[in-house]
Formats: sequence, C-alpha cells, structure tokens
Amino acid sequence: MLRDDIIEYSLDAHHSEEEGKKKRKEIWKVTAILSIITAIEVIVGVIWPKDAAGAAWEFIKWGYIILTIIKAGYIVMIFMHLGEERKTFKMMVLVPYLIFILYLIFHLLNEAAATGATWNEFRV
Amino acid sequence: MSTPASKQIDSATLWGGKVSPFSMGYGKIMMWFFLVSDALTFGGLLTSLGFAKFANPETAAEWPAAEKIFTHFPFTHEHLPLLYVALMTFILIVSSVTMVLAVEAGHRMDKKGVVKWLAFTVVGGIVFLGSQVWEWKTFIAGPDGDISTWADNATLAYNSYGPVQYADYFFFITGFHGFHVLTGVIFNIVILINAMNGTYERRGHYEMVEKVGLYWHFIDLVWVFVFTFYYLV
Repeated sequence: MLRDDIIEYSLDAHHSEEEGKKKRKEIWKVTAILSIITAIEVIVGVIWPKDAAGAAWEFIKWGYIILTIIKAGYIVMIFMHLGEERKTFKMMVLVPYLIFILYLIFHLLNEAAATGATWNEFRV
Repeated sequence: MSTPASKQIDSATLWGGKVSPFSMGYGKIMMWFFLVSDALTFGGLLTSLGFAKFANPETAAEWPAAEKIFTHFPFTHEHLPLLYVALMTFILIVSSVTMVLAVEAGHRMDKKGVVKWLAFTVVGGIVFLGSQVWEWKTFIAGPDGDISTWADNATLAYNSYGPVQYADYFFFITGFHGFHVLTGVIFNIVILINAMNGTYERRGHYEMVEKVGLYWHFIDLVWVFVFTFYYLV
C-alpha cells in the first residue's frame, strides 16, 4: 500500500532543545508586537472616531491599513514561518497572490470611483 | 511520435533522490496553495465591500461607522464601542500563538507540549465562535436590542443602521470567516486526538500539526483584515 504520510525524503521538521528556546522567545516577542498594534488601533478608534476625526480621517485610515499590513507580515513570516522556507517557495506563494490581489483592488476601486462620479453627474 | 528519452536523468535530480523540492512535505505545499486561493476569495469579498461602499455616493454617505453599531459588551450595558471585537481579535491572536507553540513543541517531538498547546488552541477557537454568535445576535437584534421583535431586526433585505449592503456584507464576510473557524476547530480537535493517541509520535514527525497550524494562522490573518476593513475603516 502506498502511504503518503511516511516521508522518506528530508524535511526541516525537527529542531533541538536549544533552538526551541530561541524560537519560543521570538514567538512571545511577536505576540507582544501584535497585541500592542491591536491595542493602538482600538485606542485610536475610541479617541478619534470616524465621525469626529474630520480631515485627519485620511491619515488615520491609512495608519490602520499600514498597521494591518505590518500585523499580516508578522503572522505570515513568523507564525506561518514562510520567512524560513526556501526563497523560491516564498516567491511562489507571494508573487502570484500579490499580482492578482493588487490587480483586483486597483480595478474594483477604480470602477467604484468611476461609477460614483457617473451617479453624481446624472443625478437630478 | 514518441521515443524514449535518450538521456537518462539521474535519480538525485528526481524526487527519488530523497530530497523534496523546498524541503517540505507534499501536504504542506498543497496547504499553502490552498491558502493562496482562499486568500484570493477573502480578498475578493473585502474588495467588493469597498466597491459596494464607493460605487454610489449616497450609499457611501449613509454607510454607518462600526463604532456606532458595535457598542455592546456581554453582561453589561455600558457604552463600549468596538471593545468586544477588539477582545475577539485578541482571543484569535492568542489562539494563533498557542498553535505556533504546538508546532514548535512538535519540532522537538514533545508530545505533552503538543497536546497541551493544541488543547488551548481548541478552547480559543470555541470562545471566538461563541463570541461571533453573540455578535451576530446583537447586530440582528438592531437598536432596540431585542431579537424577538421583528420590527427592526437586520436581515439580508433590511438593515436599520444604514444601507442593506452593510448588513449583507456583514453576514457574508463574518459568516464565511466563521465557517472557516468552525472547520479549523474541527481540524484542531482531530489532530489533538491523533496527537494524544501517539499517531505522530509513531510517524516520527509532527508535520500534520504544522499543516493544520498553517490553516489556523490563516484564519487569524483573515480576521486581522476583516477587523480593519469592516470595523475600523
């Protein structure tokens, strides 16, 4: 019987007690960073709510988006340890995703702006 | 016309050479590919949320701010905007941390550690799911806070807080994410039972914990984006 759960080829699936200690330290560090970023987002949201922020809202909005991308980077690179995989594999996951998602975001937001402008122009 | 290859490829170049491309198991590579496509699905949902919001200036003007809707916290009537969602986010991040600790214990072949951290992860997932049920109930109940009166309850066709699309995207995005959490919790329970039975100990590696761990971190990753683009922005 052919079994695919027995891996006969080499895997980077083990590490020593010593490396484990270092890994755990890094995990707790990232936990602290993610918690602090979430706390900052909530505090900013409470102090400057969207309706009261006025002209500052654009800055706050982009601040949220940048903080989110930083959080996502830590989760993907450290927790999912994509950062430790081979460089070719990293590229194979990230490049196609980024190309497609940036394409989608660009077109949908562009279309939304154009549709909105048309609404404004032809509204009686 | 096909002829047998004239040049023989030595086995070291092939998988038979005992070296896997990328030094990863087949299952783990496939999990990554699945996650890329799933991330595109969620990316599509979130960008279409942006489209729905900005395509009509009237809708954009009426689009409610989440901190005006999600102001409740269980067991209290205090006005606490977004605090419960933030707590949910934190719970999911912590359960992601316990999962990565389970993977780390697996790398040291520490069966006890894997079981302990996986159990915490399952608990975190169940708490998050329960919170989401409560969040749905609060949203559906509407401003009067009573789900038994149908006068102002949110449905796919009615939303007393603003545009109907706001309710639709809430149900679709958090519902699709919640379904992922549910399957993730089921996967976690399955590998927890396997780990307790010593299946991976006998197998010689804990790569299965890593694969399911990837899925679980992905759920956390998606929630980080849902939190920003649905609740904050």
